[in-house]
Amino acid sequence: MSTTLTDRRITEGPELPVQKRRRRPTLGRMLLPIGVVVGLILVWQLACSVFNIPTYIIPSPVEVWQSLSENWAMLMQNTWPTLIESVLGFALGNLVAILLAVLFVHWKLAERALMPVAVFIRTIPIVAVAPVLVIMFGQGYTPKILIAALISFFPTLVNMVKGLESVDKQSLELLRVLSASRNEVLWKVRMFASLPYLFASLKIAAGNSVIGAIVAEWIGSQEGLGYLIIQATYNFNTPLLYATMTVASIMAVLFFGLIGLIERLVVTWEADVKA
Amino acid sequence: MTDISTATLASHQGTGAVTLENVTVTFNTDRGRVTALQDITVSLPEHGFVSLLGPSGCGKSTLLRVVADLLDPSAGDITVLGRTPEEARKSRELGFVFQDAALLPWRTAIENVRLPFQVGGGARGEAESPEKLLELVGLKGRENAYPHELSGGMRQRVSIARALVCRPRVLLMDEPFGALDEITRDRLNEELLRIWEATGTTILFVTHSIPESVFLSQQVLVLSSHPGRVRELVDINLPYPRKLEVRDTPEFTAIAAHLRRLLETC
Repeated sequence: MSTTLTDRRITEGPELPVQKRRRRPTLGRMLLPIGVVVGLILVWQLACSVFNIPTYIIPSPVEVWQSLSENWAMLMQNTWPTLIESVLGFALGNLVAILLAVLFVHWKLAERALMPVAVFIRTIPIVAVAPVLVIMFGQGYTPKILIAALISFFPTLVNMVKGLESVDKQSLELLRVLSASRNEVLWKVRMFASLPYLFASLKIAAGNSVIGAIVAEWIGSQEGLGYLIIQATYNFNTPLLYATMTVASIMAVLFFGLIGLIERLVVTWEADVKA
Repeated sequence: MTDISTATLASHQGTGAVTLENVTVTFNTDRGRVTALQDITVSLPEHGFVSLLGPSGCGKSTLLRVVADLLDPSAGDITVLGRTPEEARKSRELGFVFQDAALLPWRTAIENVRLPFQVGGGARGEAESPEKLLELVGLKGRENAYPHELSGGMRQRVSIARALVCRPRVLLMDEPFGALDEITRDRLNEELLRIWEATGTTILFVTHSIPESVFLSQQVLVLSSHPGRVRELVDINLPYPRKLEVRDTPEFTAIAAHLRRLLETC
């Protein structure tokens, strides 16, 4: 035993390796935030019964739970359209953003010409664009996907450009000494360097795309969680409104979590991202 | 391999592995034109170890970058092994070690050493085995460690292995140990001499440390600053193999004192 220890010391040398490990959320670390959430729900339930708040203004957690279980089939039926719109919008918006970022990094003129346009589009409030797109494309999936795409597009464009350009000067000089082609620099260096930045924005985009799909459904649709929210509000079915909100939140959280999981599998190295 | 290399070796014998003739480099900056190097003429012997010494901003790194074809000179001629720097770079005759190791953080040590095989057309002719090179630089057993799991000294060892993997005949080193602590630096200095003797490559080494330059090199090229000019080419007549104790000898101290006086009047 002692011999193997000394052997290892010799090969490693006395220089201490800097070993940093990313902390994984363990059950113990999760317990505290879960406790806080359970506590808040208890306070909410207590407040509703103590102050006698009418159900149509604020339903109690128990009432929300009842509505959730009674309307489960309907809620799920309306979750699918919103999920499809969010995911397709997310995919479209990010794909265009990534391709544009690659173009910008290789062709500065395109960046100078198109970046201000992108910033301008970004400044238009999404609720103002939604009706325009609904009028243009009708009641189907198209306007919802486009709005979800639009809302997830911008953060990824900005971060992806930043990520592709985050390669330090010496690494670029190294590749020049090695006579690497532009394509090799892109695929072997820039793409990897951009991944931590990309995932940082994908996580933002995951939540945003759900917001985009729901807002688009408010404007004009016959199905989806956004449609359900509008219906429940007009009918003063407040427990159903809360139940819908809960389903939408869980969907967004799962989407976010999935991206985080993929990030953990892909980005295995230590990256310092200033996103 | 042997036929070709002896032929090229013979063709430029006597002219030096790296020659600079009246090389001037100027930059355009916000404050106008700045002359980084002026009228540098020098010839470095094949298999030699030459250090470039000078105050910061004297153009040492610029000189190295001109030889490596990372910068174009404004005037003058440069040859590397009898060819232009561009030809030497494209035929993988040049190795470059940067101050910050410049390892790709998503690649393990061994994958970083393999990078030269995977870009720019890969190795020309015979190449070293990455595993053996990591062993040579003392990193056996750490092949699959990521850069963030290695210390600064270990990272620099990996980058030296990467620079050597295509068997370059000229190795350019830009303050490779400048960011390391003195103990690590001393050890790597000794190891670099061992690697130099084992590979026989020509080394051009940039440093701003007087003891380091004296300890390592056969010749020290002292540059003055603003603009960078050749101040003196100092021969270091200390026998190899050198051990760290050589720094305590009167000969060593005398050369170091001479270099310090040169730098003071730069």
